[in-house]
Amino acid sequence: MQAGAQLEAAAERAAPRAERAWAWSMSAIIALLLAVIVFTTLHWGMQPPSSVETIDSTRLQLGGEFSEANLGTSVSPNGAVTVRVLAQQYAFVPKCIVVPADTPITLRAVSADVVHGFSVQGTNVNTMVVPGYVATLSTRFAQPGEHRMPCHEFCGVGHQGMWAHVRVVAREQFPFEQASKAAVNCEQR
Amino acid sequence: MNNANRLALTHWGVAFAAFAAAVILGAWQMFVRSPLHPWLSDAELYYRSVTAHGTTLGYVFPTLIVMGLGYAVCATTLDRPLRGSGWAWAGFWLLIAGTLSASVSVALGRASVLYTFYPPLTGSVFYYLGVVLVVVGSWFWIGVMLANYWHWKHTHPQERVPLALFGVMTAALLWGWTSLGAALEILFLILPVAFGWKATVDAGLARMLFSWTLHAIVYFWLLPAYIAFYTLTPKIAGGPLYSDRMARVSLIMILVFAMPIGIHHLFADPQVGSGFKFLHAVFTGMVVVPTLLTVFTLVASLEIAARLRGGRGLLRWVAALPWKRPMVLATGLSLLMLALGGAGGIINMSYALNASIHNTQFVTGHFHLIYGGAVVIMYFALAYEFWPRLTGYPLRSPSLARAQLWLWFVGMLVVTIPWHVVGLMGQPRRMAYYDWSDPQSAAQAPWVVASALGGGLLLISAGLVLIILVRSARGARAQVEPLDYALGMDRNVPLPRALNSFGVWVVLMVALTVVNYGYPIAQHFFFKNTAVPADLVAR
Repeated sequence: MQAGAQLEAAAERAAPRAERAWAWSMSAIIALLLAVIVFTTLHWGMQPPSSVETIDSTRLQLGGEFSEANLGTSVSPNGAVTVRVLAQQYAFVPKCIVVPADTPITLRAVSADVVHGFSVQGTNVNTMVVPGYVATLSTRFAQPGEHRMPCHEFCGVGHQGMWAHVRVVAREQFPFEQASKAAVNCEQR
Repeated sequence: MNNANRLALTHWGVAFAAFAAAVILGAWQMFVRSPLHPWLSDAELYYRSVTAHGTTLGYVFPTLIVMGLGYAVCATTLDRPLRGSGWAWAGFWLLIAGTLSASVSVALGRASVLYTFYPPLTGSVFYYLGVVLVVVGSWFWIGVMLANYWHWKHTHPQERVPLALFGVMTAALLWGWTSLGAALEILFLILPVAFGWKATVDAGLARMLFSWTLHAIVYFWLLPAYIAFYTLTPKIAGGPLYSDRMARVSLIMILVFAMPIGIHHLFADPQVGSGFKFLHAVFTGMVVVPTLLTVFTLVASLEIAARLRGGRGLLRWVAALPWKRPMVLATGLSLLMLALGGAGGIINMSYALNASIHNTQFVTGHFHLIYGGAVVIMYFALAYEFWPRLTGYPLRSPSLARAQLWLWFVGMLVVTIPWHVVGLMGQPRRMAYYDWSDPQSAAQAPWVVASALGGGLLLISAGLVLIILVRSARGARAQVEPLDYALGMDRNVPLPRALNSFGVWVVLMVALTVVNYGYPIAQHFFFKNTAVPADLVAR
């Protein structure tokens, strides 16, 4: 028992220093992680959708930015590519989104009814789509390819069927001319 | 049996019965959405099941466990009978009434909205009223705990609050404040549309208020495990607690920082600005610190216990620990799951990195590993430790208890590791079925099958828990040695008043909430036309 008491006394003497060293080193690791987050966020412009832009979700079909003709991929006069997506139970409009590869793209998404969300699989595109608000994201698809785009927030009993596709095509195959007149998609096939 | 013990036993009995039912649903969900089963003809049944599983395991089960632990700790640390046991029973019956109301609505398919609510989806009023009653019942418990704590402080002015009681009070205060968010959401946003008094609801504000509850509720679930780590595991392993003071620092940090960080659940939401998202990411980083401190204190305590038992070497001492004791075994397994789940959690909280896994099965894997794994395995160990003291019947099958803990650990890894993997492959969570003929889903199929089989292991393990507890109560009564909490090596060093009371920390918790949530909530009162019509799911 004598040895036990000695061991306990030795541990007690060492405790405050050991604890302090641990607490500071752990805090330093956390601080480093946060610094990495700040750096990557600013360096690659990896911003989640945070524009806090509101919209009247009950009047989307009555005209304006998210009226049916504007849904899909458009090119503005200055060459900027914008994809507008409408989420509603239980489909995205358009169901097939076409975008040029290696081009800065702005995604704007709204909901016509309940809370939805989507990710473009194999990319970092991931957002909630909350009715009453516009979700805006900037991205760039490096390579041509096909991506699936599931609704990832429970939106009702048909939720599991709500999948869209994103088709990334080479820049020279993308109809810039057509998309500068009206929004395009890849649904006709 | 005294009143506090009877309260604890009743709470835990109901808790484990509800737990077993919810685990059956969970295993069923994994099976029917896997390639082992054809598509459900009625997907609504799946969401009905998810709602019941989440509501039971998120609100009913852990709340009853923490309440029961509170009464059991009062019975063993206060040197007199529990005060206000009438209120305690009233709270219990409110909780039971709420559970029945909510489960009947869900079972009838009138509230398949999932336990996270997310209006404008709107279910039966009886579902929401049920959840409110569960929460209000737990508020009665908070009142009883506060009354007993204050009375103890009053009659023991110079003494150190027993650490187990200090931990329970941390849970009570944290829960009191954090449950307010979901309560406000239900009372002021959801119920008015569920009753039909109002036609529209601001979905963004609802998500904001829910996030107020959504993170700290996990710490409320977690605190019984930490209380066991600090006050039971060291003693049962055969040593003192390494540092009573550091234990209190960690508990206080959890109280202050666990709540005003919930916006990390809304990183992908459009109604929150990047400034507040980043602020909450920073505070989430800070709340990792008390967990790392807990791990240090716990491992140091275990090392001392092992060396007192003759353990030697840099790491060989680990073998000297009494791994046959369920509490020690559960602690070891819990730490492994906490490490894995915590690493995943750091990915979730990393602001931009969250986009790669947000709302995928990675998230489901993360919280099942942390809560279902690291925390619930400690609930089992607490039950094995307390049950004999509450009933007077010793645990009849310790080897079966060990097998049960191992099975839960292995089952949890087999379930959650594939979820992390398919989450990284992009599989969304909360879907009644997937199209396994799609080549990309087909690549995930083997993982999903493995995971569903893991669900079977968990089902067996959950069944064993009930068998062990019931079997013990049918054995012979015997003298069970009273519960003995671990005391800190620093038990004779005077404790600063700030580490022996909560006043200033509660003020800080509320103040931080105002700073971190004030503007994000207030902005909604200035938005125009953001409210949308309710979508009534009751059929």
